[in-house]
Amino acid sequence: MIPSPLLDIRALSVQFQTLEGPLRVLRDVSFEVMPGETFGLAGESGSGKTTLGYTILQALAPVARITSGAIRFEGRDLLSASEDELRRFRGRRIAMVYQEPRSALDPTMRVGAQIAEVVEIHERPRSGVALRRAHELLELVNIADPVSVARRYPHELSGGMQQRVVIAMALAGRPSLLILDEPTTGLDVTTQARILELVADLKRRVGAAVLYISHDLAVIAQVADRVGVLYAGELVEVAPTGDLFAQPIHPYTRGLLDALPHLDGMLGLTPIEGRIPKLTALPPGCVFAPRCRFAEPACTAATPPLESVAPGRHVRCVRWQTVIATPRRSTQAAIAPAPAGRDVPLLEFEHVSKRFGGAGVVARLLGMGAPPVRAVDDVSFDVRAEEVVALVGESGCGKTTLGRLAVRLLRPTAGHVRFAAPNPTDAQIVFQHPDSSLNPMKRIGPSLARPLVLRGLRGEERRRRVRELLEAVRLDPDTSARRPVELSGGEKQRVAIARALAMGPKFVVLDEPVSALDVSTQASIIRLLTELRRALGASYLMITHDLSLVRHVAARIGVMYLGRLVEIGTAAEVFRAPSHPYTRALLSAVPRPDPAARGRPIRLEGTVPSAQHPPSGCRFHTRCPQKIGRVCEEVEPPWERASATHWIACHIPIAELSRDSKETGP
Amino acid sequence: MMWRSPTLAVGGTILIAVITMSIAAPWIVPYPTTEQHMLDRLKPPGARFVLGTDQYGRDLLSRTLAGARPALGLGLGAVALGLALGVPIGLAAGYVGGRVDDLVMRVVDAMLAFPSLLLALLIITALGASTGHALLAIGVANAPGVARIVRSASLALREAEFVLAARVRGERHLYVMFGEIFPNVLAPVIVEATLRVGFAIMAGASLSFLGLGVQPPTADWGLMIREARQYVFLSPWPLLVPGTALAVTIVAFNLFGDGLRDRLGAT
Amino acid sequence: MTRYALRRLASIALILLLVSVIVFAAVHVLPGNAATLILGEYATPEAVRTLEREMGLDRPLLAQYASWIGSVVTGDWGVSLAMKQPVAAIVAARLRNSAFLALAALTVVVIVGIPLGTLAALRRGRPVDLAIVTATYVGVSIPEFVTGLALLLVLASPSVGWFPTSGYAELTSGVGAWARHLVLPAMTLTIVLLAHIVRQTRSGVADVLAAPYIRAARLKGASTRRIVLRHALRNALLPTITVLALDLGYLMGGIVVVEEVFAYPGMGRLIIYAVQNRDVPLLQMCALVVASVYVLANFAADLAYAWLDPRIRYS
Repeated sequence: MIPSPLLDIRALSVQFQTLEGPLRVLRDVSFEVMPGETFGLAGESGSGKTTLGYTILQALAPVARITSGAIRFEGRDLLSASEDELRRFRGRRIAMVYQEPRSALDPTMRVGAQIAEVVEIHERPRSGVALRRAHELLELVNIADPVSVARRYPHELSGGMQQRVVIAMALAGRPSLLILDEPTTGLDVTTQARILELVADLKRRVGAAVLYISHDLAVIAQVADRVGVLYAGELVEVAPTGDLFAQPIHPYTRGLLDALPHLDGMLGLTPIEGRIPKLTALPPGCVFAPRCRFAEPACTAATPPLESVAPGRHVRCVRWQTVIATPRRSTQAAIAPAPAGRDVPLLEFEHVSKRFGGAGVVARLLGMGAPPVRAVDDVSFDVRAEEVVALVGESGCGKTTLGRLAVRLLRPTAGHVRFAAPNPTDAQIVFQHPDSSLNPMKRIGPSLARPLVLRGLRGEERRRRVRELLEAVRLDPDTSARRPVELSGGEKQRVAIARALAMGPKFVVLDEPVSALDVSTQASIIRLLTELRRALGASYLMITHDLSLVRHVAARIGVMYLGRLVEIGTAAEVFRAPSHPYTRALLSAVPRPDPAARGRPIRLEGTVPSAQHPPSGCRFHTRCPQKIGRVCEEVEPPWERASATHWIACHIPIAELSRDSKETGP
Repeated sequence: MMWRSPTLAVGGTILIAVITMSIAAPWIVPYPTTEQHMLDRLKPPGARFVLGTDQYGRDLLSRTLAGARPALGLGLGAVALGLALGVPIGLAAGYVGGRVDDLVMRVVDAMLAFPSLLLALLIITALGASTGHALLAIGVANAPGVARIVRSASLALREAEFVLAARVRGERHLYVMFGEIFPNVLAPVIVEATLRVGFAIMAGASLSFLGLGVQPPTADWGLMIREARQYVFLSPWPLLVPGTALAVTIVAFNLFGDGLRDRLGAT
Repeated sequence: MTRYALRRLASIALILLLVSVIVFAAVHVLPGNAATLILGEYATPEAVRTLEREMGLDRPLLAQYASWIGSVVTGDWGVSLAMKQPVAAIVAARLRNSAFLALAALTVVVIVGIPLGTLAALRRGRPVDLAIVTATYVGVSIPEFVTGLALLLVLASPSVGWFPTSGYAELTSGVGAWARHLVLPAMTLTIVLLAHIVRQTRSGVADVLAAPYIRAARLKGASTRRIVLRHALRNALLPTITVLALDLGYLMGGIVVVEEVFAYPGMGRLIIYAVQNRDVPLLQMCALVVASVYVLANFAADLAYAWLDPRIRYS
C-alpha cells in the first residue's frame, strides 16, 4: 500500500503585491513530503524557498497572496483553514526553525520560558509541567546543564546553543513536520556539523518528517532523502538524493553542481552564465532558457511541465534526453593550481599580537574591569611575491583582524608587520559584504575615479582608466552611471575589486570575498580574481572559512584557532595527513556534495572559549579529541616540522599525527 | 518629487501655500498691517474684514498673512544655524571617537539637560529681546540635538566597509568625513531638520508670546496672540486666526518631515 | 546590574558638573551683577566696588564658582536678591507646585496614552489608527499657549465659569479649589504630551510587531493577545520610557508658556522672574535644579531600561 503523503503541495502559486506590479514569487510548485522522510529544498537567493516555508504555515506578510494551488497536511486543506485552526497546527503539528536563531528568540525573555511557552499554548498544563518539559527538551538537543541554561537570556548563549534552543522550541509541540530554513547559515562549520548530526539523530528518535530548505547543496547531500531544486520560483527537478547528485538532469542542477568547489580540487567552480531573472521581468517559456546552453526555440515557446522521467524523478525540461546524453562538462579549464610564490617575502607578520579593549588599570584593580580581547596572539608567517596564501578558521579566530593589520587599518599591540613595497597603498583590501563595500550615495564612476584621483590621474585619462577597470572585471561600461542599489551582489563585488585594483596594488587582502554571494556567482568571482592576480603579478591573502574554496585557489594555507596559527603548509599538505587535530576536525566537518560520502564528523565538544580568557598552554586543549595530558594544558605547543614548508603547532609528535589522520581528506 | 505618499503631498502642498503667502504678503494684503480702524475694533469676520479685526481695529487677515514671514524666517533660520553648528561637531565627534567623542557628548548631554525653551530664554535675556536674538537663541538651543543625531550616524558609519576602504586608500580624514560619511548622514539630517523647523516656529512663537521675540508693531503670530490675550473673552478671533495659522504651518512641516522620513527610508 | 548603575552614576555626576559650569557661565554673561542690583542705578562706582569686595564678586571667576558649588553641596543655597528670602524655601515651594502639575499630566498621559498607542499600532492603516494619528499630529503641532488660551476661552469664560482663569490655591485651602486650579493647565499639558506618547508607543509597538521574533511566536501558535502582552509591550516600552523621562524634565522647567497663560506659580515663571530681575543666586539655583531633575529622570529611565532589557543589564 502506498502511504499517503504528510505534506502535499499541488500547483502552488504565490504573488507579492508591490509598487512595481505583482511579483510572481512561486509558480506552479508541486511536491510531497512523506511521513518520516527528509526532503531537501535547494535554491539560491531569489528562488522563493523561504516564501515557500512561510506559505505552508500561512504566515506570509499581508502583501502576499496565494493565487492558486493547494496545500494539504495530514489530509487537511491548510489554505481554507480558519485562523483558529491554523493556530492549532502551528508549533504543534508543524514547527519551523529559522535562519538566524537570534532573531527567533525574544531578547527579554529567558530561553526556558520561551520553550515552555509552546507547551503552555497548546496543552494548558498544570504549573511546573511546561518548564520541566523545557528542561527535557534541552537535554534532547544535547545541551549540558539544561536547568541553568533555561534560566539564561538569548544573548548570553553562543550561536550554536541558540540554534539548539530554537530546535528544542520547535520540537516542544511534538510536531510531525519540521521545517528548517537555512538553520545553519551563520554558524561555524564545526558547529554546523553538530547541528546536522543532531537533526539526523532527532529524526530517528522523534520520527518527524523534515523539510530542509537551504542554498547549500553539500549540506542537503548530507541530510536529505529526496531533493527538490527551486529556480526563480519554479521547481525544476525532484529526485532521490543519490540519483540527483550522481546524475543531475536539469541543466540548472548540473550547472549548480558544476559551480561548487570540490575538496579534491579537480572539478568545480564553473560559473553559470547570466543572472537570475528579475521576478518582474520573467522570460517567456522556460525560466532558465536565457542561461541554458541546451535552449531551443521550443523552450521559450511555453513553460515546460514537470514530467516524470524515471521512478521518483521529475524534471521540468523538454530537452532532458539530450541533456542526459551530453557528458558532464569537465571544468572548462580546471583552475590551474596556484603557483608557488617567489622567494621574496612581500608581507611579513613577525610575532604580531593585537588586543582590543580592556579596562584601565584602576578599573581592573577594583575588580570592575574586563580583560582585553586577545584577537591575535603571537602570529608569524609571511606572504611572498605573486603568491596566494589562505587563512582559514572559524569565527573569532582572528583571521579578519590579521587581514586588517596587514593593510594598516589596525596597529599591532606587539610585533611588526613588514611590507616590502614602495608605498603603503600598494596593499589593498576587498571586503566581504558587497552591500557595504560601496558608498551607497555615490555612483560607480566616481567611486572608481577616487583612487585614480589619488594617483594623480586627470580628465580624459582618468575616464579612460575607469572604463578599462570596468572591462577588467567584466562589467559594462555604462555601469559607471549607476548607483550601487541598482547592481546585484556579484556586480557590486566586481566593482569593489576594480576599486582595489585601481590603486595598482602588489598585495590584496581578500576578506571572505565570496561568502555573501550565490554559488553560481562565487565561481565567476573566484575565476576573475585568479586571472587578475596573474595579470597584476600580485599576491593575495585570502581569508575565508570555506575550506573547499581554498583548495583551488591557494598555494599555501594557514589554519587559525582563537588568535593563534596552528598549522601552515602548502594546500596539498594541509589537506593531507599529518594534520593538527583542529585541522582534522575542521576538514571532517565540511559537508561534501556527495551523498555517498556521509561520514561521521569528528565531534568537538564544548564551545570556543572566550578570547578574553583564552585557555593556558595550547589554546585548543579544552576541545581537542587527541589531547595527551597535562602538557597540553600548561605548555604552549612548539612548532613541529612536517616538511620544509609544512609546520604544525602541537605536542603530539608528527609521526603519530601522520598515523591518526589517515581519514582526513580525499 | 514623487507625490505618492499622502503625508508628503498634503504637507508639501500646505508648505508651498504658506511659503507663497509669506513671499507675496506685502502685495496681497487687503489692508496695511499697521493701519488701525478704531471704529471697527474686535469685529468678527464680515464683509469688510474677512477674518475680523483685533483690539486696535487692524485687519486680521492682513496681519496673519504678513505674520508668515517672521515665522518662517525664524524657523528656517534657526534650524539652519543649528545645522551649521551641530553637523560638523557631530560628524567630527562620531568619526574621531574615543575620549574626544566622550567629552563632546557629555557637554552636549549637559546642554540637552536644559529644556530647550529655557536655554533660549537664558540667551535672549543675556542679549536682549529681538527677532534676531530669538533666531540665534533657538538656533543654538537646537545645535546639541542635531549634533547628537549626526554623531550617532557618523559613529555607525565609521566602521562601514566603504569607509575602511577609503582609509586603506590613504584618504585624508577630512575627505573621509565629508566625502564618504556625510552624504550618508544627509538623509536622516534632512528629515530631522524638517521636523525641527516646525518646533522652531513653535519656539519662536512662544518667545514672542512671552514678549521676548518679535517686537511690536511687527505682525507676528505669537505676538498677535500675546496682544489678544486680555480681550479673549470679548472676541475669540484675534486668538483663533493666528493660532490656526500657526497650527496649520507646524502640522505641514511635521507631515512633510514624516513623509520624507518614510520616502528616504531614514530612521 | 549594580555595575551598570554605578557606571551610569559616574556619568551623570560628570554631566551635573558640566551643567553647573554652563549655568554659572551663562549667568555671568548677563550684564550687571548682584552688587549693582542691590545698590540700584544711582549707586556710585566706589560703593559698588566696596559691596563687590564684600560679596566676593571681585574674586576670579573660578574661585567664585568653587565657593558656589561648595555652598550648594552643603545645603546653603543663598538668599534671593529680589525676594529677600532664602532661595531654598522659594525653590522648594515652586518645585512642589510644578510637581503637582507634572504628576497630574503624566498620570493621565500614561494611563490613556500607552493603550491608545498600542491600539493604533495593532490596527495599523485602519480607520481607528488614522483617526488617532491625525489627532496626534494636531496635538503635537498646536503651540501650548494656543491650546491653553483656547481651553480658557471655552471652559473658563465668565459665562461658563467652570474653572478659574488663573492662579493657584494651596491644598490647605481645600482640595476642591486646589484641584480646580490645576485642571486647565494640566489639560493643556496633557493634550501635548499625550500626542507625543501615543506617537512614540505606536511606532515602538509597530517596530516590535515587525520583528522576526514576533513572527516566530506567531508560528508557535501564539494568539495576538499573548503576543502583545507577553512579548511586544515589554520591548516596545523601552523607547517610551525615554520619552517619559524627557517629558518629566520638560514639565519641571520648560513649561514657562503654560505657566504664563494660567499664571501658575511653577519653576518656569520663577526662572523668568529671576532672569528679569538679575537675581543671580535664585537664577543659578533654579537652572541647576531644573537641569538636575532632568538628568535624574534620565538616570531613572536608564535603570528602568536595564531592568526591562536583559541585554543591557548583563553587558
